[in-house]
Amino acid sequence: MSGIKRPRRQRAGRYTVLMLGLAATGLVYAAVTGAGGAASAATPGGPSPADIAQGKAIFADTCSSCHGMNAQGTAAGPSLMGVGAAAVDFQMSTGRMPGKDFDAEMPRKPVTFTTEQIHQVAAYISFLGGGPAIPSAAMVDPAGADLALGQQLFITNCAQCHNFAGAGGALTYGKYAPALTHSTPTQIYEAMLTGPEAMPVFSDTTVTPAQKRDIIAHITTVRAEPNPGGFSLGRVGPVTEGLVAFLGGIAFLVFVAIWITMKRREA
Amino acid sequence: MHGSGEQFPPGDGAEELPESRAPHRVIGTPPPARARTLLEAPPQEDRRPERWLPAEPSNLDQAKRAERLVAALFILSMLASIGFVAAYVGLEVHSVVATQRSNLALGVSMSVAFGALAVGVVIWVRYLMPKVELTEERKPLASSPKDRAEFDKDFTEGAEASGFVKRPLLRRTLIAASVPLAVAPLVILRDLGPLPGTSLRHTVWRKGLRLLVFGPNTPLRPADFAIPGQMITVVPDGYQDNLDALAKAATIIIKFGPGQLRPPTVMNWTVDGIVAYSKICTHVGCPVALYEQTTHNILCPCHQSTFDATRGAKVIFGPAARPLPQLPLGTDAEGFLVATSDYHEPVGPSFWERG
Repeated sequence: MSGIKRPRRQRAGRYTVLMLGLAATGLVYAAVTGAGGAASAATPGGPSPADIAQGKAIFADTCSSCHGMNAQGTAAGPSLMGVGAAAVDFQMSTGRMPGKDFDAEMPRKPVTFTTEQIHQVAAYISFLGGGPAIPSAAMVDPAGADLALGQQLFITNCAQCHNFAGAGGALTYGKYAPALTHSTPTQIYEAMLTGPEAMPVFSDTTVTPAQKRDIIAHITTVRAEPNPGGFSLGRVGPVTEGLVAFLGGIAFLVFVAIWITMKRREA
Repeated sequence: MHGSGEQFPPGDGAEELPESRAPHRVIGTPPPARARTLLEAPPQEDRRPERWLPAEPSNLDQAKRAERLVAALFILSMLASIGFVAAYVGLEVHSVVATQRSNLALGVSMSVAFGALAVGVVIWVRYLMPKVELTEERKPLASSPKDRAEFDKDFTEGAEASGFVKRPLLRRTLIAASVPLAVAPLVILRDLGPLPGTSLRHTVWRKGLRLLVFGPNTPLRPADFAIPGQMITVVPDGYQDNLDALAKAATIIIKFGPGQLRPPTVMNWTVDGIVAYSKICTHVGCPVALYEQTTHNILCPCHQSTFDATRGAKVIFGPAARPLPQLPLGTDAEGFLVATSDYHEPVGPSFWERG
């Protein structure tokens, strides 16, 4: 695969945008720290034009080679019109974007941008085409959610791909449903809302925000359960447990039996 | 093969290796005395070989060490057994944590008790007992002729004494008593039925039943399900808690953009690009709902049967033999999604009379 192509642009414009962006960053930072550090920095009140400009600069540098200069999409990447801030935040905060190797599925990898930069790109994409917004901290807080309903929804609509304990699973042609062990509540919410890659969309009219919170509560509760015996064995169920018991246990017993019946040479 | 035939011409081999091969025998002649048979062995005197067992182990130092080790293991086992009793009596079990602690103590002490005993016995056998090969001849299976004659006599005497032959009334009533007893299990087995009849051909879906999102049990309007790539599991209104009914009636609905659905999908049975398929795989009935919105494949997690959701859930890979049945959809007066009839073919795996 070819490397990321740097677009030719006018230097002066670039510096202007950068300066504007830095100024905006400073202002936002000052505002946020002055307010005592809210949990979600970029969402309240909506993004400023400076954020959007900064997001546009980052987008042009790192995203436009595949998604096009105006996010209209190219042969290498889909159009981002209408995907919304939630999709951008999901893809960039899980490290899937910017993509490096284009395989059957974009893997989760270390994040390359700060939360603030990601929110700026999200604001720019949202400014271009609208779409679902990044959920607030209160929307994804699992405290007080209906765990039973969350479990029922998860088992009926999520578990077939993501495994009943969120351990992930295989799909067709090398694609896979990733494990949910590292997903933050915000990312789980955004994935349901936007349907990244092969995942279906679970819109707010079908699975309401409250029910999404229930599902998040179920996932975070199940993955926090202790592992009896100290090993999770992938949490894919009795098959691995039986296999480990069989291969490990039987092999051990066979060696014990061999040792017991081994003939000792009489000197 | 040819070369070996030249080296060992037929006839010579038997003479050279008399021990390893049974001698040739003409059919109908009595077996030679050496033949290995378990029946009718000629009475023989006890000719067990003299046993010779070494009085002392060959390595006395090692034996001494082994003896001390075994004794230590036995004492450890004894202490663990006492510990087991102590843990059973002493540890509280009236809360989950306390029960876990008690189980841990009981399990560990019992494992140590049995384990130390077993390891001690094995070391005893391996390092202290003599290691010599002993051969014991198999005894004949048949009882001695005298015993058999006696049994024969006893049996005949008993039969005579019971009068089973002499008293036909008793014999017949005994047989009459045993026949219904033998038939009784068949009556019990009858309760495995009744035969399924036509129930495998129908589900509880019928005209006008609303589709409810399973879990919150909310009905859906087409406008609530308007984003292409959406998928959700639905159940028939009124049957959301009836697991017997849901075993056949579970359904998934998928939203497609304009022009994505193609034959053999029945377009009259869709509403605004929303299509409903049975969630029960036609292979062996697993819940099949791994829908990929990029490829529109529906994958079954059990045996990887893959269905193309855009083309009437036609099978494109895997062991399933038939497409997933499509549920006819419509909307009711209030605009909610409803079924317009039951499935037009049996859902789920094949069965004998399906044809």
